[in-house]
Formats: sequence, structure tokens, C-alpha cells
Amino acid sequence: MQTDNLELKKLVYLYLMNYAKSQPDMAIMAVNTFVKDCEDPNPLIRALAVRTMGCIRVDKITEYLCEPLRKCLKDEDPYVRKTAAVCVAKLHDINAQLVEDQGFLDTLKDLISDSNPMVVANAVAALSEIAESHPSSNLLDLNPQSINKLLTALNECTEWGQIFILDCLANYMPKDDREAQSICERVTPRLSHANSAVVLSAVKVLMKFMEMLSKDLDYYGTLLKKLAPPLVTLLSAEPELQYVALRNINLIVQKRPEILKHEMKVFFVKYNDPIYVKLEKLDIMIRLASQANIAQVLAELKEYATEVDVDFVRKAVRAIGRCAIKVEQSAERCVSTLLDLIQTKVNYVVQEAIVVIKDIFRKYPNKYESVIATLCENLDSLDEPEARAAMIWIVGEYAERIDNADELLESFLEGFHDESTQVQLQLLTAIVKLFLKKPTETQELVQQVLSLATQDSDNPDLRDRGYIYWRLLSTDPVAAKEVVLAEKPLISEETDLIEPTLLDELICHIGTLASVYHKPPGAFVEGGRGVVHKSLPPRTGSSESAESPDTAPAGVPAADQPSVIPTQGDLLGDLLNLDLGPPVSGPPVATSSVQMGAVDLLGGGLDSLMGGGSGGFAPAPGTAVPSNTGAPLGSGLGDLFDLTGGVGTLSGSYVAPKTVWLPAMKAKGLEISGTFSRQVGSISMDLVLTNKALQVMSDFAIQFNRNSFGLAPAAPLQVHAPLAPNQSVEISLPLNTVGSVMKMDPLNNLQVAVKNNIDVFYFSTLYPLHILFVEDGKMERQMFLATWKDIPNENETQFQIKDCSLNADSVSSKLQGSNIFTIAKRNVEGQDMLYQSLKLTNGIWVLAELRIQPSNPSFTDLELSLKCRAPEVSQYVYQAYETILKN
Amino acid sequence: MIGGLFIYNHKGEVLISRVYRDDIGRNAVDAFRVNVIHARQQVRSPVTNIARTSFFHVKRSNIWLAAVTKQNVNAAMVFEFLYKMCDVMTAYFGKISEENIKNNFVLIYELLDEILDFGYPQNSETGALKTFITQQGIKSQHQTKEEQSQITSQVTGQIGWRREGIKYRRNELFLDVLESVNLLMSPQGQVLSAHVSGRVVMKSYLSGMPECKFGMNDKIVIEKQGKGTADETGKSELGSGKQSIAIDDCTFHQCVRLSKFDSERSISFIPPDGEFELMRYRTTKDIILPFRVIPLVREVGRTKLEVKVVIKSNFKPSLLAQKIEVRIPTPLNTSGVQVICMKGKAKYKASENAIVWKIKRMAGMKESQISAEIELLPTNDKKKWARPPISMNFEVPFAPSGLKVRYLKVFEPKLNYSDHDVIKWVRYIGRSGIYETRC
Repeated sequence: MQTDNLELKKLVYLYLMNYAKSQPDMAIMAVNTFVKDCEDPNPLIRALAVRTMGCIRVDKITEYLCEPLRKCLKDEDPYVRKTAAVCVAKLHDINAQLVEDQGFLDTLKDLISDSNPMVVANAVAALSEIAESHPSSNLLDLNPQSINKLLTALNECTEWGQIFILDCLANYMPKDDREAQSICERVTPRLSHANSAVVLSAVKVLMKFMEMLSKDLDYYGTLLKKLAPPLVTLLSAEPELQYVALRNINLIVQKRPEILKHEMKVFFVKYNDPIYVKLEKLDIMIRLASQANIAQVLAELKEYATEVDVDFVRKAVRAIGRCAIKVEQSAERCVSTLLDLIQTKVNYVVQEAIVVIKDIFRKYPNKYESVIATLCENLDSLDEPEARAAMIWIVGEYAERIDNADELLESFLEGFHDESTQVQLQLLTAIVKLFLKKPTETQELVQQVLSLATQDSDNPDLRDRGYIYWRLLSTDPVAAKEVVLAEKPLISEETDLIEPTLLDELICHIGTLASVYHKPPGAFVEGGRGVVHKSLPPRTGSSESAESPDTAPAGVPAADQPSVIPTQGDLLGDLLNLDLGPPVSGPPVATSSVQMGAVDLLGGGLDSLMGGGSGGFAPAPGTAVPSNTGAPLGSGLGDLFDLTGGVGTLSGSYVAPKTVWLPAMKAKGLEISGTFSRQVGSISMDLVLTNKALQVMSDFAIQFNRNSFGLAPAAPLQVHAPLAPNQSVEISLPLNTVGSVMKMDPLNNLQVAVKNNIDVFYFSTLYPLHILFVEDGKMERQMFLATWKDIPNENETQFQIKDCSLNADSVSSKLQGSNIFTIAKRNVEGQDMLYQSLKLTNGIWVLAELRIQPSNPSFTDLELSLKCRAPEVSQYVYQAYETILKN
Repeated sequence: MIGGLFIYNHKGEVLISRVYRDDIGRNAVDAFRVNVIHARQQVRSPVTNIARTSFFHVKRSNIWLAAVTKQNVNAAMVFEFLYKMCDVMTAYFGKISEENIKNNFVLIYELLDEILDFGYPQNSETGALKTFITQQGIKSQHQTKEEQSQITSQVTGQIGWRREGIKYRRNELFLDVLESVNLLMSPQGQVLSAHVSGRVVMKSYLSGMPECKFGMNDKIVIEKQGKGTADETGKSELGSGKQSIAIDDCTFHQCVRLSKFDSERSISFIPPDGEFELMRYRTTKDIILPFRVIPLVREVGRTKLEVKVVIKSNFKPSLLAQKIEVRIPTPLNTSGVQVICMKGKAKYKASENAIVWKIKRMAGMKESQISAEIELLPTNDKKKWARPPISMNFEVPFAPSGLKVRYLKVFEPKLNYSDHDVIKWVRYIGRSGIYETRC
């Protein structure tokens, strides 16, 4: 080690690095030499010593490292300083506490102002790394002055240093749009750097800060124009870098499609591209496809569909289908291209084509059915579940036009148990559809499939769906027809977009692994490192509604993103309610007893109706679907193919805490307190009866006076055991709305009579109107507009709800829990406007416009305008709003 | 940051293994061998994630280079670094091969220690590295103090790519404009996509710290000047009809002052000594396509194919294209081929499934033709022949983009030589990139 041959010294050091861990005692003996070398007149040796020492991860050695490191951080030679800066990061990795105690962090911060650009760059890199493991600390205290220093160093340091600095800049949050613009202006020259990583990091900074610029600004337009050429140039780099660039371009195209909309041609696949580049290019081609370039794109895709690589060909075929869905004008050409491809009889091409044709049918119903005959010819060659499922769906959906639909489906049924779940579910639905369309010939088939699904299958999804169909068919075939053959919502254009909050996070990670995997760093990085969520800055000075990161916590999909998955938007909202909605405080006993009742009722009905066919099959209550058979079926089954999701419509309607309705004083010792709740379509009155008298009470009964909405007990009041003194019992009384109607004043007044062995007692209570809001109260958008116009203005009433601590999204999800449905959301001059509808049990529609004005940072004022053909209910609807929102 | 760097031979044996971070264990070395090198499938992605460890890999001839990390690193940077490392190794010992790597084992470890510190790339300019990483066993005491500080200031300094005190008896510089033309043409002769990606490579043998300024017929610059002196643009350039070209985008070597280019669009720099790539650029407008390929493929029954290909050269008759090669793909079930060509030599290469037609030289505005009869074996393979495109290779002595070098001025205020004393050479070479015509 004492040698003055530099090369030999390096080798000895390398040996030490590799073996220090296994022989720590030996390593200690080297400490002296390290310390001595740190004082060597030759800066190369000083740097070498400090660099190597940091790599020896033996605790005892790190103690000796501190002094030399401190000296090296202040060394006169920049080469030593830049090495020492990295060494602080190394030491921090071994012993974070030591670094803090020794004050190295402050020295490191000072190095940011160093005169040598490379020292600055390494200090920035080290600080960024240390800061990542302390997300809360304000280590990288970025302020306009330090940013200015970094930007100056940016022009002077090596390509790698530029990357460190740009990556660090991307974490900075400029205080206003002017600062953002001035940083952007100084970063744009980097777009011409030969190093792709510098370019991508610069793109990251620009994409991020662009959020803050107003779209009306001239500069915004210039910036957009400047971004396109460098991104295209990245595609002439080596294939591996092309891949990284393409994965990032995929994100950029989703965030700001305008940047590359004219650059379609550069994404055309070259014959010699590696497969990973080809697949990525294809993805981007679809995203950029528009009416203007569709002819070119289709010609290319057709070319690709004849290539060799199976994955690529499949993706190309799928892409043709997506073009058809995205660009309506091209649909016809796409379909004929797909038919051509089916004629090739290449197995996987045919299967893929059938899958996409199914989607085309869903997007343009009743337009291209002429091709069904061709599809049916290829039935036998289908061996993949997805293709089989798609074909079965097509047969079921167009059963009335396919003469031998029953034979086709029957042939699938033979191997029912060997099919995958996807195919089984589809087959079940298709046969039920067939039955509803041609009931006479297919009775046997439908019974066969229902029994296969319910009795012989272990799959709960399949069983559940089987039961639902069975009951629907047995109880009310007309309703079944309405439900099963309901008009399906059209599928959306882009189904595989990255979910917006994730997209925003990934934009902050442009150039990094996260952007390559399209996953947040937490998904592939161990431990706490690098898992800090990054978010785009909110837009300032613009009227557009920015998805503010505060309102939509990362990881939880925002409720209202109709542009992405409109068909599932409401479903998503429902699921959110389950997690985020107010806790349902109703008594747990209540719900279960209600459901049991419902099941019994249905079970009986089923038996009597299906008795002959099913051979006395009686469902065991435990296995039956408990909740989906009630009123919400209409909405839950609207989209048959999301049936599993339909279960998610269990809405958690707000339940007020119990209040005392009948004090003991007035009722000879019987105290009644209670509340109303609405669970999955059934209303119940949750009561607590307390015996405060000295004698046992029994023989309870209840009766309602006539009331405005015909509320009446659906079952007798059952108190099984006599109520002993000082005992109380909780009862949930199911209610229906088929009782006799009389308008009360106030409208929601309910007069109740309770009888027991002692006497009859009367009391009256007010029920919250929202228990009457039914589950299918979501109006179609068009309908809403028409109705809103239709109702005269004098029927409009306005209310104020002050100091509500919710924002638009949480308001809408909270209300949805109580069956007030948000139909549209708009942002007008910084205020969110929600358009909502609800329906009462007696069929009265109430339309609402809710304006959310931020009054101070944490509270909002809501302005509610209600329109209804029966204006007298408005006031009570408002009360319901207020109770739901304030609780 | 990069946690470790491994170099493997094609069998998956580790040649070089350097671990920078503790989170990369020895098992990572094996994981990569098993999952990537020995995998049956071709590489489906250059980034592979195995058990939460990410591997970035590139392959050079038979050698695999893999950078390993467990963190969310800058992926573009890692690949750029791997390429850079290949460049550095090539500059030190030539071709990257198993033998060369084994012979330069010590040197590679020394380089890896220098250019990557704790996984952060450091200065990796070969010019600078060669000043202090040599394989001659420098004794530290032999260097004077000035020499040492010169090395360190160069490695860390603003002009990290050039050392001071370079002296040449003859100041000379060479400029090569190297372009590759890429074309994708439909069988009907419609240009589906065409672009030129060009490079300006400079070899400089200049004394001192010369300040250079490079000028070309960039449309934006010419138009800007045109407003000032209208007549100057008229007489400039060889009168090729095209006076300026629209450059879609360009990138520069790190010696070029980017902020100055951004504001004034002038290219000024202090060049590294020796050869380097000054800029890369891309153009898509008004490209001169040197050759046009007209294919005609006719299927005669199930067992015969007739192919006729005409190539036309499309440039000044006084210029000569060289190394022309046309590659006509044939189906996999080809049993025999008869070829007749008017010029050059044509051969059917069964191993490559193609007819390769070579012509040594061809002047501009000429045309030549090849016709071939391909016998096919009858197969019951349902899959249709994919008809890969006909590709072409050539070299022409002009820049297909139309780019012209207008000037390269050299100023060295401290030494007594002026711009006129520098001998300058400019050469244009246009090559085919991916030049394909579908048939």
C-alpha cells in the first residue's frame, strides 16, 4: 500500500474494497495508510483515498473517515472536493446519524455554491440522494437564489452533472408562473444536447413547469413547439435508448397530445427495429391516430399484421380495432381490413380480430352485423378464452339474427366445466339472452346452463350470476328482459389510458425507471427510498380546472374522470363511497335481519315459480346473493358485463344518530328512540325500545298514520321475548312505500302508534327525505338537460349551505352514497358546479345544481338550486342535503 | 443510482464485476445470467426487472454489459453511460471482445473506479481520462505539481474535454459531413417516410485553446442574414438550386455553447483535441433520394415467383455512387433461383434468404435492372410469406440533405496563428441508413 506506483495502489485499494467486509480486522490495519494518503501532495491520490475509504463498509473504519473527509471537503483541489461530496452520500448510506452529527450536511450544502461546476453537480447528486431518505427534512432547500446558482452551473458542467442538476430542478416548485417561465427559458437550450438523458431530464423539467404556465401565453405555444423535435430526435438513438424514449413519449402523448400530433410518421415501425421498440411504437401510433392520418395508419397496421412476431401481429390487429373505435370515419375500413385478415386463417390473427370486432359492435351497434356470418365460420378454430368469450358474446347479442344460435351455444356448453371463467360467464349470459329472445325453443338450454352455473360450479362469481338470472327469470320475465337486454352504454374510445393521477406522478419521473415501467417508484423500489410521491404543480392564472394533487390523493382514483372510463365512472364513485363515505352508524343487527327477510320472500317465490323445472331446488339462504335482488338491480345490472361490479352499488346512505321519539314519561315507562336508514333499496326504521317501568312489557305492535309518501311497516313489529324492566331491545323495522297517502304538514311528518300490553302510545317524528331517494335516480345527461329546461323557472328554489368542509369530489361522492347522483361537473371561474339528480320513491324527479364557492381555505359555501315539478318537496330535499353534507 | 456493473461473455460467464452499492448482492450476477443471457426467448426489453432488481443491458458483439440497480434511477442516463463506457473502452483497446477485455482487466477496473463513483457517472471524456489513466505505470512522484493540478483541473473544469498547452507545427482540421438517408417507400413508389440523420465529425489538430465557429446553410440563419444583405445569399454556395435547408432538430457535443445556439443560432466551441462528433442533425424536407427502387413481384402458381427490380440513380451524372448493394428477400421455401442482371454481380444467398445484387460503381441519372426466377418448394404451411421489404446500401459523395458547410473559423488570440493559416478539409459522404422499398 505504501507504493508510489499509482496503478498498483489502485489495485490494492480495489482488493481492500472487495474483501474488507469479510476480513474487517485486516481492513483496520489499512486505516493509517488511508489517513496518510488523504494528506498526499498529489490530488489524485488524496481523492483516491477518500473515494476508497467511503466504499469500505466497516463500522470501525467509518469513525476514522470523518476527519480526512472533513479536510477533503474543503480541499483546494476541485477534483478532491467533488470526490468528497460523493463520499458524504456513501457515509450517509452506512451511518446516517454520524453524517448529521458531524455536520457534513451543512458543508455539502455550502458546496452547492462552489466555483467548480463539477463539485456543484456532485454535491447536488449527493444531497438529492440523502434528501430522498429523509422526505420531511428540508435538506435541499431550494429557493430562487440556489436555483439560480444551479442554472448557472448547468451551462458549465459535464453531461452527467447536467443530468443531476436537471433532475434536482424538477423537484423544485416555482412560486409563480413567471418564475416557472424564466426557469423554462434557461432549461430549453439543453434540448439540443447530444446526451439523450440530458434531453429527457430537460423535458421533464419543462413538462412539469408547463403546468404552471397559462395556456394563453405565447410562450406556452413556443415551448410546445420546441418540445417536439428533440423528442423525435431521440428516436434516432440506439435501440435501448429509443425504448426508454418511447416509453416516455407514451406518457407525454397522454398528457399533452398536442406536442406530437403531427409526427405520426416517425413512429412507423422499421423492419429491423428490435421487438421492444416495435411494440412501443405501435402503442404510440394508436394514441396519435386521428381522422387526419388514419388512412396512413391503417395501411401501416395492415402491413404489420403480416409480420412474423406473434405478439407484434396480435397487437397490430388489436390496434386496427382501436382505430375503428377511436376514429368513427375509419370504422368501415377497419372492419373490412379485419375481415381480410380473418380470411388469412392464421389462427392467432383470427382470434385477435374477433376480440376487436366484439368491441366494434359495442361501439357501433347495429352497423356491421353483416360480418357475423364470416365470424361464425371460424368458430372451431378459436382456442383462446378471450376469443371464445368474444365470439359467444357476439352470438348471444345477435341471437335473433343467427339462425343456429342455439346450436352454436349448445356446442360450447358441452365442455362447460373445462372452459375458463371468462368463457363460462359469457356463455351463461349469452344463453340467457338467447332464451329471452327465443323463449320457445331454448327453455331446456337455459335450464341446463343455470343448473351448471349454480349447482356444479365452485366459482362464486358464476354462481352468483346464475342465481341472479334464475331469480330474474322466475320472478318477472319482463323485468328480466329489461335488465338483461337493456341497452348497453357505448364503450369509450380509450380504454388503456393511464389513470390521471398516476400519469401526473409519472410525468414527474420522466427519464427514470418509473417512466419505463409505467409504475410509481414505490412499486419496484424497496424500503422508503424514492417512494416520495411527486405531483405536478397546480396551474396558476388559468380558468381551467386542474386536477389538484391535494384533492385527489395518489393511489386512489379520482371519482370524476368521465373522459377516461365513462362507463365505469359511477361504479368507481360507488366503490369510493364504500371506503371514503361517512361511516354508517346504524345498528348492525338491523341490516342482516332485513336481508334475511328479503331472501325468504324471494326464495319462496322462486320455488313456486320454478318448482316444476328445477325439481324442488331451494337455495340455502347462506349461499344466496343477499342484497342484489332488491330495487337497485336496475342500475346494478345496467351493464351486464360488470356484474361483479354491480355488487358495489351497496350504497352507504347517511343514517342520523338515534333520537328519543317517545320519552318514558309520556308512555308509562316505555322509551322509544330511533332513526331511519336506507340500505340497498330498502328503508328501515331502526328502533330501540327501552323498558323503564317496573313491569315486563310484551305484545308489541306498531302502526303508521297515513303520510305524504305512503310509508308503512313492511312487517309486523317483532319483539320475540317480553321486555324485562331496565332492558332494551334493538329492532329494525322494514318499511315500504305502498301505504296510503295523505299530504302532511310538514311534508315529512310521520305519526306513529305503538301498542304493548299496557297501552297504546302515539308520537310523531320527522323522517329525513333522503331515505326516499331511490337507487336508480341517475338521469341521462341529455334527459337532464331537457328536463331542466322543461321545468318552469318558478319551480326553482335556491338554498345556501354555509361552511361545509368538503370539496367538489367529496361532496359528490358523499351525496352519491345517499343516492343523489352527480351527472356532470363543470368548473366556471374557479367554482365547481355539480349537476345532480335524484328520484323519490313516488317517482318525483328532483334536479339540482350545486355551486361550490370556496369561502376560506378550509371551508366552502354551497349554493343549491333545486328544480322539481312538485316544488313543495324542495325544502325537504335541501334539508336532506344539509344533513348529509354536514355529517 | 447504478448499484453495480457486470460484463459477461456470450456464455454468461462474468468477466468484470464491480459492485458500487451494498444493496446489490452476488446473486444478482447469476439472476441476470439465468433470466436474460440463458433465456430462450429473444430480448423483449432492454430493461429487465428480476426480484425488484433492475438490469439495464446492452450487447456489443458477443459481450453483454449490464448495469444493475435497485433504485428509481434515471434510465436514459444509465444507457447513455453504458454506451459511453463502450466508447471509452474502444478508445483504449479497440474492439470490445472477450479477449480484449481479459487482456485489459486491470485497466477496465481502473476506468470503472474513475468514471463511476458510488454509481454516479463522473467525467468520462477519453481525452481527459488518457492523461492520467495510462497503462504505463506512472509513478506519482514523476509528475510535477503543475502537471497534477493540470490533470485535476481538466477533469473537473469547464473545458473538461481539452487540456492546455497543445502544440502542432501544422494547424489542420478535417470536417466530415456523414449522412445516412432513411427511406420507406410503398410498392407504388410513394414515400411513406424519409429522413436524413447526419453527423458532423471533426478532427482537429490545432494548437492552444482555439475558439471555433461553425457555419452551415441552415435556413433560419440564412434567412436572418438575407434580410440584412440580400445579395450575399444569392452568390453563396455551389448554385445547386437549394441554398438553405430546414433542419428539424440538432444536438451538439458538450463543447458547444448551447445557450448561444439557442439565442443566436450560432455554433461556437472550443474543440477537443483529435476526433469528435461536433453535431448530429435530422432533416425531413427536400431530401435528395439518391436511388429509386422499382420492384415487381409476380407469383406464378404456387411454386414459382418472378421478381424484377429496377434501380434508378437520381443525382448529377458527374458523381459516382459506390458500394451499391440491393438485397431482395426470398421466401423460406426457395429451392432455386435464376438471376439475370445487366450490371454488377448478383447471387442468391440461401443462408440469408435473399438475392444480393452488388454493383461497384454507378454514375448519376442511370438505371439498371435485375430479374430473377425463384423456384419454391410446395409447402402446406398456411402462413403467408411476409414479403419483407427490399433494402439497399450505397455510398454517395454528397449530402442527401443538401447541407453545406459555409465556414469554420478558428480564433486563437494567445498564439500567433490566424484563421488563414489553418488548413481545412471538408468531405461529404452520404450513406444509406434503412433504405427500404416494400414489394
